[in-house]
Amino acid sequence: MGETTRRLMQGNEAIVEAALVAGCRFFAGYPITPSTEIAELLAARLPQAGGRFIQMEDEIASMGAAIGASLTGTKSMTATSGPGFSLKQENLGFASLTEVPVVVVNVQRMGPSTGMPTAPSQGDIMQARWGTHGDHPVVAMAPASVGETYEATIKAFNISEALRVPVVILLDEVIGHMREGVEIPRAEDIQLLERKGPSTGPADHLPYADDGTGVPEMAPFGTGYRYHVTGLFHDETGFPDMSNATADTLMRRIMGKMERHRDVYEWTETTDTEDAEVLLVTYGSPAQAARSAIRRARREGMKVGEFRVVTVWPFPEERLRQLAGGVREIIVPEMNLGQLRLEVERVVAGRARVSGINRTDGDIFKPDEIYAGIREVYGGER
Amino acid sequence: MAVNLRELSKKKVPFTGGHRLCAGCGASIVVRQMLAAADHPVVAGVATGCLEVATTIYPYSAWETPLIHNAFENVAATISGAEAAYRSLKAQGKVDKEIKFMAFGGDGGTYDIGLQSLSGAMERGHNMVYVCYDNGAYMNTGIQRSSATPMGADTSTSPAGSKIPGKPGHRKNLTAIMAAHNIPYVAQTTPAHWRDLVTKTKKALEVEGPAFINVLATCPRGWRIPDDATISTLRLATDTCFWPLFEVEYGEWKLNYRPREKKPIEEWMKPQGRFRHLFREENKHLLEEIQAEVDRNWEQILRFVDGK
Repeated sequence: MGETTRRLMQGNEAIVEAALVAGCRFFAGYPITPSTEIAELLAARLPQAGGRFIQMEDEIASMGAAIGASLTGTKSMTATSGPGFSLKQENLGFASLTEVPVVVVNVQRMGPSTGMPTAPSQGDIMQARWGTHGDHPVVAMAPASVGETYEATIKAFNISEALRVPVVILLDEVIGHMREGVEIPRAEDIQLLERKGPSTGPADHLPYADDGTGVPEMAPFGTGYRYHVTGLFHDETGFPDMSNATADTLMRRIMGKMERHRDVYEWTETTDTEDAEVLLVTYGSPAQAARSAIRRARREGMKVGEFRVVTVWPFPEERLRQLAGGVREIIVPEMNLGQLRLEVERVVAGRARVSGINRTDGDIFKPDEIYAGIREVYGGER
Repeated sequence: MAVNLRELSKKKVPFTGGHRLCAGCGASIVVRQMLAAADHPVVAGVATGCLEVATTIYPYSAWETPLIHNAFENVAATISGAEAAYRSLKAQGKVDKEIKFMAFGGDGGTYDIGLQSLSGAMERGHNMVYVCYDNGAYMNTGIQRSSATPMGADTSTSPAGSKIPGKPGHRKNLTAIMAAHNIPYVAQTTPAHWRDLVTKTKKALEVEGPAFINVLATCPRGWRIPDDATISTLRLATDTCFWPLFEVEYGEWKLNYRPREKKPIEEWMKPQGRFRHLFREENKHLLEEIQAEVDRNWEQILRFVDGK
């Protein structure tokens, strides 16, 4: 088999290449800065790989087409940025409730509204969790480099297929457009997860029956399995059922499957936490500046550690709770006014003081700014 | 409705030079000529697109009118609200001035994502003029195909190569769709025919109720033409009957320009780099198919016009 190769690529290109490796064969999209390269590259690459690229009339339609394609058993993806991500929300809720695997890339730009189309931001963190109405399961990942974007994209398809849940990849614009060297893994080292097919014939198939895992079997449309897919609450047959008992069972199952399969999607990295007094909770591109700031602080004797969250939603509560017990201060650097900090505060629940370093001017963090934030914590003692 | 060039040229147009649209861009000519046709103050709206981006780069604005830029899909809805509120204020006696409402969108913001909003505004009957400057692709984000892109055009999301010879299907006939709304005024024109453009704008502004004008506009980057070929390329679009000049008043179709000799569509396509690959031997059948579509559309218009 092949060797690992190293390639210089852009974040948006890493999404494309990794999606193809993960088996994505359908993409429906709509041009929007700073995500457009994903559509452009897939317009050329997907037909070469035997897949299908469709440009739709807007983001609502793109999301709808990706869901429709996924129901036929094809791994599907769409990509967008803030305004388009807002438009996709209704269909994201549909995919959550009907449990249709789909990967949605949101290359975040400054918002709200048209905002600053070419400026980086992490302003959509809470939208990725709660953008559509109603309680609903969703996975969101925020890789910190181009290489990690490649890895996260493959994982996003795996999670989506294994748990039948929409997965959102949140790039900051700077990751989407930055070029970095990426280690392309050898084909045999890449593990792919596929959705679970039906174990019975068409006559006995119950498309929304819980087989004990919380994740129903999924029969591709067009293979003889005729069933009903609806955004109404439904019972095991898929047909609408508005009874309180069915609604409660369905909602608790789709939320419950996320809780019990944390091992499938949870992805965090800890560095220098053993003796840490101060903990940085990072995600996305600010983690790169944070790493440099932490190294400098360490050289100067400050005991700083890092808890980096790649899968942001569902939030790795347990892991942070363990770490929070041992530190006195937690700092969350974010390119927004403190969205993930709210979640960190909720989980830490007073075990440590939580503060933020925030940029909301459309520029990226410099290591000095994060270093200054760390220094401030030590300010009184040195 | 006589249009006097001498008077028109002296008029102060509320759209200044110095904006950052490309040399040879059709959009700015469209806006200038249309605003020059307005005899009353205009409230303008722009959909997201080249026109919006390049005419409003902080701290400058080329617009000497009140200007609303909302999102990509909703300039018609946004202007609907402004117009409805104006009518209410007028009825209450709080405003007495005659004000005109104009919405500008590119083909992406009009044919595709903004079609629902446009259709709603026309059906509700707002007294507004919606102008589509159709340059046949999403030029602002780097030349992606739209439903206005002509068949065979090479764009970044319909790349001509071994799998597809540019955009696979024909374009949507938006002007006919708008005519089917049975609104007071619908027209199709180009800045190469300035008198036609100005006259149609005046008519659209004067009718009571909604009006829609579709204006073919060049994009030198997307069409791959030199920036001094704007007017000649647009003229070829009408002479080949790719872009017939017509108007529809309350369902009555009228042809405004009948070329003395209908030129083959290749004459319009040949100078444009986006069609270069179609002139290879293996793609010859596509040129024939494109010609057949142009002929079909032209004959359809003639049927509508002659009432046969």
